[in-house]
Order: sequence, then structure tokens, then C-alpha cells
Amino acid sequence: MTDIRNSTFLFAIGAFVALFVTAQSLTFMVRAWKEGRRIGLTSATMKKAIIGSASFSFVPSIAILLAVLTLAGALGLPLPWIRLSVVGAITYELPAAETAAQAFGTSIKNVISDPTVFSAIAWAMSVGSVFAMILIILFAKSIQSGIHKARLKDTKWSGLLISAMFMGLISAFLGSALGGGLVSILTLLASAATMGFFGLLIKKAKLAWLENFAMPVSMISGMAVAAVFTLASSGGSL
Amino acid sequence: MNAPLKVYKTYDETIHRNGRIWMIAAILITQGVPLAISLRFGVWPPIGKLIAGLLPTMMVFWPIAIVEVLTFTPMLGSGGTYLGFVTGNLSNLKVPAAIAAMQSAGVEPSTKEGEIISTLSIGASSLMTNVVLVTGVLLMSYLLPVLESPTLKPAFANLLPALFGALGVVFISRNWKISVAPLALMIGLFIAIPTLPVGILIPAGAIVSIGVARLMYKRNML
Repeated sequence: MTDIRNSTFLFAIGAFVALFVTAQSLTFMVRAWKEGRRIGLTSATMKKAIIGSASFSFVPSIAILLAVLTLAGALGLPLPWIRLSVVGAITYELPAAETAAQAFGTSIKNVISDPTVFSAIAWAMSVGSVFAMILIILFAKSIQSGIHKARLKDTKWSGLLISAMFMGLISAFLGSALGGGLVSILTLLASAATMGFFGLLIKKAKLAWLENFAMPVSMISGMAVAAVFTLASSGGSL
Repeated sequence: MNAPLKVYKTYDETIHRNGRIWMIAAILITQGVPLAISLRFGVWPPIGKLIAGLLPTMMVFWPIAIVEVLTFTPMLGSGGTYLGFVTGNLSNLKVPAAIAAMQSAGVEPSTKEGEIISTLSIGASSLMTNVVLVTGVLLMSYLLPVLESPTLKPAFANLLPALFGALGVVFISRNWKISVAPLALMIGLFIAIPTLPVGILIPAGAIVSIGVARLMYKRNML
């Protein structure tokens, strides 16, 4: 049976999506550049914004690439690549993939080789992320013109609300990790400890540039612990 | 003399029209991906199970989408919003990139100049991510056999505890008081019924977490 996950077909879709994102970025940049000149911004200022943002984005983009890598084990390369090129972020894609997999009686802990489950995960990741785009189509213009500004007056509560929602989600997955046995718990602790260490370095040693690496490196440390522990407990050697 | 017959639309009007067209195209493309998979491989997941898999995450992420749209739209300006919400990775990349660019150029968000700098910044940021991802994916496609080796299998099998261990530290350190109730609930549920699926745990965790946070907020405990 052909492996849907890493099929040429999916790589071709990935290439198409990458082209779409490139085309949209270039179109918007050209239009903004022309308007910028018209309202009196200098080319030097605009060039500086472009080069500055591109270099600013290099390291976080490597982090996004690492997120693609972490999902590639279960889902192959193209689907995580597509999802993290448009709309997506790892904090959404991973829970969406896992809840969809569980609805089909499996988990992304395993390689998703069943085509039906794979397609269900692709549907869940995609449909789940459409809402923000619909809101933008409907409301971006009126938000910009100030009509909806009153809505978010209580910014303290809206910040807390997001934290509370995420905490609900995180605690659900932490709870289910407890059921994964010793290896899962060790992975969780290793990843948490690495993140804590990064937090100390960033705050106490003022190494703010480490911020972008904190999440991917913590995840990879946790996953490395899982691999090494399993290998050691099965009597193998590296 | 008569005014020119051709009416030139302002930047603001065209950006909203074009932005909406691009956004609709983006919706068609993102939803076209699973559709293409289903059509090409002849696999259609049963709708009931799919909804059961979708609902728990939608319950959490759709309200977050509302807050993100209301918060980020005024910050990013029109062009930046239409571009940023298509290319994603907003809070971890696009928003900080746009804010840094506006600061460095000495312009404010929600001004005409801010709008231009933010759009250029988000465009440049998307292009960089695209270059890194395309290059990385091409290189990694040669590494696929390594990624699927038996030694690495337990590493990928523990992806979820790896993500949520790290995310847990981030959110607990941000506001530990919010995290006590949902964590206590999950540990309790795990002891009582260890096999509950996350599809049930997520809504339970979110409802308790939001409810307790709201109570604490109203009583000035947060």
C-alpha cells in the first residue's frame, strides 16, 4: 500500500500552498510599498522594515521547522508543513490532530498509516482553523474603523480568559499523559524541567534571544529522554 | 474641465476588497487540502466521528480566535491582518515582528505609516518562514528513514507529554492561580477514571478553568 502521508501528491499540494503564501505576501508588500511612497515614507525606512523583519523571523522560523519535524513521525512531512505554512501554530495543530485521532480509536503516538484516520486528522486540522479567517472577512473592516473597539475594553479579563482556556486544554493533556505510563511521565518532567531552565536563563541571565528556542528544545529534550529511556530499559545501547 | 472619469479607490478600500478575496481563496485552499486527500485516495471519514473529534478543540480555540481577531487586528492594520491571519503563527512570530518593525521605524500602530510598515514586516516575515520551511522540508525528506527508525519511535510516541510539559511550565508560571483548579480536576479524574479520552477531558478542563478564573477575577483574587 502506498504511504499517503509522504506521497508525491501531498508534497505537490505543499508546494502549491507555499506558492500561494509567497504570492499573497509579495502582492501585499508591493501594494504597501507603493502606498508608503505616496504618503511620504522613504525607501530606506521601508527597506529597513523588510530586512529587519526577515532577519527577526529567521530563528522563530527554525522553531516552526522543528515543530514540523516533531509532527512528521506520526503524520509524515507534507501535512504538518502545509498546516504550519498557513494559519497554523503547533499549539493548535497537535491537540486538534490528537483529539481527531482519539475519536477514531487511535493516537498520534502511533504512525497514522490508516488512510481514513489520516484524512480525518487533515479535516480536523483544517476545519478547526477556518473560524478566524471567516471572522476576518466579516469584521476586519469594521474593527479597523473603530466600531468594535468597545468590545475589548476589559483587556485584563480577555488575557486571563485565554490563559484559562489554554490551562484547561493543557491540564487535559497533562492528565492523559499520566495514563501513558512511566516513559510519558519522564518525558513530561524532562520537557518541563528544560523549559524551567530556559525560563531561568531568559529572566535571570537576561538571555532573551533564547526565547524562540525554549519550546522546540524543551520538546526535543523530552522526546530524547523517551527514546533513551526506552532503549536503555530494553537492554539496547546507543 | 471635467474630473477624470476613472475613480481611484483609496488604499484602504482596495486593501479590504483584495484582502477579502485573498482570505476567501485561503479558506478554499486550506479546506481544499483535506478535500483533495479524500478525493485522491477515496477516503471519507464518517462525519459523526469527525465531529466528535473536532468539537473539543473547537470549544477551546474558536473563542480564542475571537479574542485574537479583536486584539491583533487593530495592532497589525488592515493589510497586516489579512496577510497575518492567512500565514498564521501570529502570537509567536508575526505580531512581535510587526511591533518590532513599527518601533524601529518610529511609527505607531493604527496610523497610515504603521499600516504600511506592519504590512511590509508581516510580508517579509512570511517569506522568510516560507524559505526556511521549504528548504528544511526538502532536506528532511532525505532524512525520513531516520525519522521512522525504531530507536526514534518512542520519541515521537511521546510528543504530547513533551509539548504539554513545556507549555504547562509556561502557563503555570504566567498565572499559577488559574492553573490550580483544572490541574486538581485532571488529577482527580485520572485517579477516578484513568481511561477518559481527551475529547471529554478538554471541555471539562476548559469549563472548570474558565469558571474558577472568572470567580477569582470577580473577587479580585487574580
